[in-house]
Amino acid sequence: MNQNDSCCPPPPAEAAQCSPPVKKAQSVQVCCPPKIETKSCCPPLKNHLRAGYRIESFVKAWTDTAVGEIPIIAPKLNLADYRGRIAMRWGIGRDRYSITPGLYAIGTPDEHSEVLISANYKLSFDALRSSIEGINAWILVIDTKGVNVWCAAGKGTFGTDEIIRCVQMVDLKNLIEHKRLIVPQLGAPGVAAHLVKQGCGFTVIYGPVKASDLPDFFGADMQATVAMRRVGFSLRERTILTPVEITMLRWQILYAALALLLLGGIGRHIFDFAAAWTRGSSAVFTGFVGLLAGSVLTPMLLPWLPGRAFSLKGVWIGLGLALLLSFSLFSGSGLLNQIALLLQVTAISSYTAMNFTGSSTYTSPSGVEKEMRLAIPCQLGAAVLALTLWLWAAF
Amino acid sequence: MQNHEYLKGVATLKLDQNRCIGCGLCATVCPHAVLAVEERLARIIELDRCMECGACVGNCPVAALSVNAGVGCASAIIHSWITGEEPNCDCSGGSSCC
Ligand code: SF4
Ligand code: SF4
Repeated sequence: MNQNDSCCPPPPAEAAQCSPPVKKAQSVQVCCPPKIETKSCCPPLKNHLRAGYRIESFVKAWTDTAVGEIPIIAPKLNLADYRGRIAMRWGIGRDRYSITPGLYAIGTPDEHSEVLISANYKLSFDALRSSIEGINAWILVIDTKGVNVWCAAGKGTFGTDEIIRCVQMVDLKNLIEHKRLIVPQLGAPGVAAHLVKQGCGFTVIYGPVKASDLPDFFGADMQATVAMRRVGFSLRERTILTPVEITMLRWQILYAALALLLLGGIGRHIFDFAAAWTRGSSAVFTGFVGLLAGSVLTPMLLPWLPGRAFSLKGVWIGLGLALLLSFSLFSGSGLLNQIALLLQVTAISSYTAMNFTGSSTYTSPSGVEKEMRLAIPCQLGAAVLALTLWLWAAF
Repeated sequence: MQNHEYLKGVATLKLDQNRCIGCGLCATVCPHAVLAVEERLARIIELDRCMECGACVGNCPVAALSVNAGVGCASAIIHSWITGEEPNCDCSGGSSCC
């Protein structure tokens, strides 16, 4: 048998924390020198099945190399890949959407082929392999705890130390003749090119921001154009992120809705179930309108909304929808209720829009903090006032 | 490409041109074309586009750049206000960032 057996199925003890402290934990993990994935095993070349392991559906064959057997992956995504992607976008099991770190092959790479570094987040990996069909390359998947390249780079898990560790773990210098690594540009916040060189002798070349630009990048002698280096935030990208925003708030939404239903019943008769139903449910409904305004419509319309602060952009949409509602569906509900509605929808919209800074590709922490210091007191004030007016209106 | 713009005059990016050796890597890694290198000297061309990701700072071989890098994420900052910890994006590995 080989050394795989004795070795640790890397238990990421430090998965919960992020930021720099990658170093300590890594020295522990270096223990195992399994050149090959856990799933590629033992001598019998044809039979890669092994108790307790499952071969990923994207592995289509194996290639024998100087550093052991390497799985060859399919560039085309299959049904399972698409299913997993949709589930992930809606926040179903997205914490576990990772693949085993290590070396993979795509096409028929040899000792002159380039090495592409990727995160072990399935969507990053899928984006990469589906973009480079027809290119022969090695893909070195590093352990970012199942987090995408950019986010992991911000935390430091996609970083200098992990790259060096993996390059040494898979014995890269005995696989290829050159000394180049292609690192996605979005990984740069975690990587120091000169330190990677110092640490393992490999030169970092920053690839384009988007994996889909890789064929052009290779075609142009590994020169990225200015456009390939810029991070955008297209309507499509913004829209894709909206469901995640909502699932992240799901508990707050549930509690707030329950609270509104309960409070809706308070009135002249102390508590009235009919009122709880009518008043409570309309408040829940308008709350959802605010949520829709702030976490779906505002992100989609982001560049066209006036103001730079996200919380302000959210105000416009929230206020607009609230005015619409108060003059249509709720036109007969009385002035107090109408003002409460305006405040409630606008506050929720502003708050959830502000939360979208977490998904945006261009907000700076200094800016977000400045925005929040101003916006949160306003949002809170509006929400409290809305609640007071609404409760008052019942008497 | 659309140019998204965030708050003006808040980015903490600093460049010490005296140290710069003009390698150009900072301009390569910056996702928002904040920096440009001309005649072997780096220059900040659009500070307000800086998102404080820290890519340029880490890749500068002579430490000519500095920034208060971090995550520009409201929920992470709220969390850090409450707990007193550094803001981080552990709100569960989002897709572009969380
Ligand atoms: S911190 Fe990031 S966004 Fe700002 S200049 Fe450096 S690389 Fe560009
Ligand atoms: S990375 Fe540093 S040395 Fe190189 S051009 Fe930028 S500032 Fe100058």
